Amino acid sequence: MAVATTTTVQTCATLPHRLRSSRQRRPAARAGAAHPSAGRATLAALELRGLTRRYGERLALADVSVSVEDGQTLAVLGPNGAGKTTLLRLLATLLRPHAGEVSVLGHRLPEDGWAVRGRIGLLGHDPLLYRELSARENLQLYAALHGVAGDRVELLLRSVAMERRAQEPLRTLSRGMVQRVAVCRALLHDPELLLLDEPRANLDPAASELVEPLIGRESGRTRVIVSHDPVGAVAEADLVLGLVRGRVRVLATPAELDPESLVELYR
Amino acid sequence: MRTTTSRPADAPRTSTVVAALLRKELRVELRSFEAVPAMSLFSVTTFVLFHFALQRNALSGELASGVLWVTLLFAAVLGINRLFVADAEQGGFDGFLLSPAGRSALLYSKALTLLAYLIVLELVAVPGFALLLLQPALWPALPGLLAVLALGDLGIVVIGTLVGALAVRTSVRDLLGPMVSLPLLVPVLLCAARASSPVLASARAGALPLRWLLTLALYDLVFGLITFAVFDFLLED
Amino acid sequence: MYGKRLRPLALTTFAALTLTLALAFFWAPNDADQGFLQKIFYIHVPLAIVTLCGFVYGGIAGIAHLRTRDSRWDMRSYVAIHLSLVFGVGVLVTGSIWAKGSWGVWWDWSEPTLVSFLLIMLLYATYQPLRFAIEDPERQARYASVFAITAGAFVPINFAIVRLSTAYLHPRVLGDISGNLPGRFQVVFYLSLVSIGLLWITLWRYEMTSKHARAQLRALRRLLAGDDDDIPAPRRSAVPVLTASARPAGEGGGVGSAR
Repeated sequence: MAVATTTTVQTCATLPHRLRSSRQRRPAARAGAAHPSAGRATLAALELRGLTRRYGERLALADVSVSVEDGQTLAVLGPNGAGKTTLLRLLATLLRPHAGEVSVLGHRLPEDGWAVRGRIGLLGHDPLLYRELSARENLQLYAALHGVAGDRVELLLRSVAMERRAQEPLRTLSRGMVQRVAVCRALLHDPELLLLDEPRANLDPAASELVEPLIGRESGRTRVIVSHDPVGAVAEADLVLGLVRGRVRVLATPAELDPESLVELYR
Repeated sequence: MRTTTSRPADAPRTSTVVAALLRKELRVELRSFEAVPAMSLFSVTTFVLFHFALQRNALSGELASGVLWVTLLFAAVLGINRLFVADAEQGGFDGFLLSPAGRSALLYSKALTLLAYLIVLELVAVPGFALLLLQPALWPALPGLLAVLALGDLGIVVIGTLVGALAVRTSVRDLLGPMVSLPLLVPVLLCAARASSPVLASARAGALPLRWLLTLALYDLVFGLITFAVFDFLLED
Repeated sequence: MYGKRLRPLALTTFAALTLTLALAFFWAPNDADQGFLQKIFYIHVPLAIVTLCGFVYGGIAGIAHLRTRDSRWDMRSYVAIHLSLVFGVGVLVTGSIWAKGSWGVWWDWSEPTLVSFLLIMLLYATYQPLRFAIEDPERQARYASVFAITAGAFVPINFAIVRLSTAYLHPRVLGDISGNLPGRFQVVFYLSLVSIGLLWITLWRYEMTSKHARAQLRALRRLLAGDDDDIPAPRRSAVPVLTASARPAGEGGGVGSAR
């Protein structure tokens, strides 16, 4: 038991470096450094202007404008039905905007959605994994879908300490373990942008720690986090967006943020 | 500089993606046995029903052809209903859409999966039919019958993949599947039944009528193209 | 946009239909074999042609919807299919009456038009249930367009195949369209075709106008209410939702946008 923990801790310690260096091999340079803007319309990782999405005659998102720089974290808060999940799915190119401009990683949506798929990782409520397949088989499938080499599967499984149970069908694993495998799935293709919908739900503290270097601030990726925990989310965010019924009510950095306004959101 | 093709330069090749998806389909089916056993069992049960309903011990010619094809069609509808269920329920659509893989890869993999289901179904249904209800011997009729089965299966696959994707994310998926696919499959049934009736005739078996095979092939081609063209629109959220 | 010229259109249709009926009953000679009953042909065949064109148009509007994502095209497709379904029932009924009158049976499998129609109607009868079973209005419209395109392609192909299959029985075709008809028959036939076509178009425009007006009314209500927080959750519906961008610009009365 102690050996296992030590190994895990060691793996954990070296992993962020290994994961980060694999991203350095990418042609586009990372967080903070100036990068070649070849083909990019803007330098911001995310640029939303007047984004609107309807659901029939109602507005799921109304006139949302926000700009997120590379490597920054945007926290999206709001009560149920505020449009947070819609926003996330839209950024993931799963939904199209009905009005306004959306630019993700320098590419306009929906026309250039094809250019950013494979650079975005989505971790939502649904693990998006097949229950009859094992963790390894699921990840190998996604590796093939993303054109990623097979050894990354093993690397990620080790990083979340799932390598010993990677052979068993997912339906035999606990919800927390499935969530860990889902994290692997979201990171398999080393995305520049992470879209997280309550990523630590279903994870016990130990698992949360394992997963932190992969999806946390140190990962260096641009992140959009939807959370029901305002305090926790604000603590790790560079920018806070508060939505109510699809409309922007709060948009500020944590420093400028008025705590009252956060409370108002949920009233 | 952006390339003019609509896929990023590092997108995986379609054949690799189709192979990976196919592997997934077969694995899931082999472990959950959701579709194929039901389809095969259903076909044999239906033959028994026909025996009692038609009050005949042996069929030949047009009657045999008709009973065989109607049974295959209904069993196929069971398969069509199950085809996309795992993906709809376990988030497979999103997972696929988030990847840079070409959209048609899903269409090809699903079509091939349905074809695999149908082949296994026929491996059970055709001998079963020969055993229970067919009066003339199966062996001499087999080459002709196989040709008709091949083209008929293609038609079922093309329509079935389209309708399966259409029906799966509706609230009445099990009802809509048969309701929409059966009228679209009538021409397939028509051509296949007409093509196989001389082959299954009891007196000297007739030649395979090319006219019906050709019509069937054309139908398969037209709807194949339509399915290919509209499939992407069914995948979006 | 749709409301303009409705009245002259309706009047023209009415006039054309009246003229057709008058000519059919009083001017066209009675058929030697079938007598008076043959006159149903002047309704049955044009109805069939117009219905089929309506279904095909529904498919074309479906293609336009998928390409432009404009909900107006979806509405056009929906109304076209829905209207053609009604006309299609008319085809089956008039065909049945004629078959009964001519050959003593209400249904005849060797009549290719009727058989094709039965099949087409069975397919299109699933259109509304399909729409109703999808709650998300945008997805509903998209799936309905896919259906309209597939079914629209099915219409002519199915016709050809059924004709092919009955050609080897003894077809008792209810109407040899154009070609073989002598003078007066032809005139009345084409006139009937035009009037029933006009009838379809008029009804289509009426329904489009009504749907657009209702959508604009709802938009006005929302504007007045100030905020769409109070929109009650809509009941599930198979009817397309016309979204704000789809509203025709510069409508008399200046409703303005929904914002």
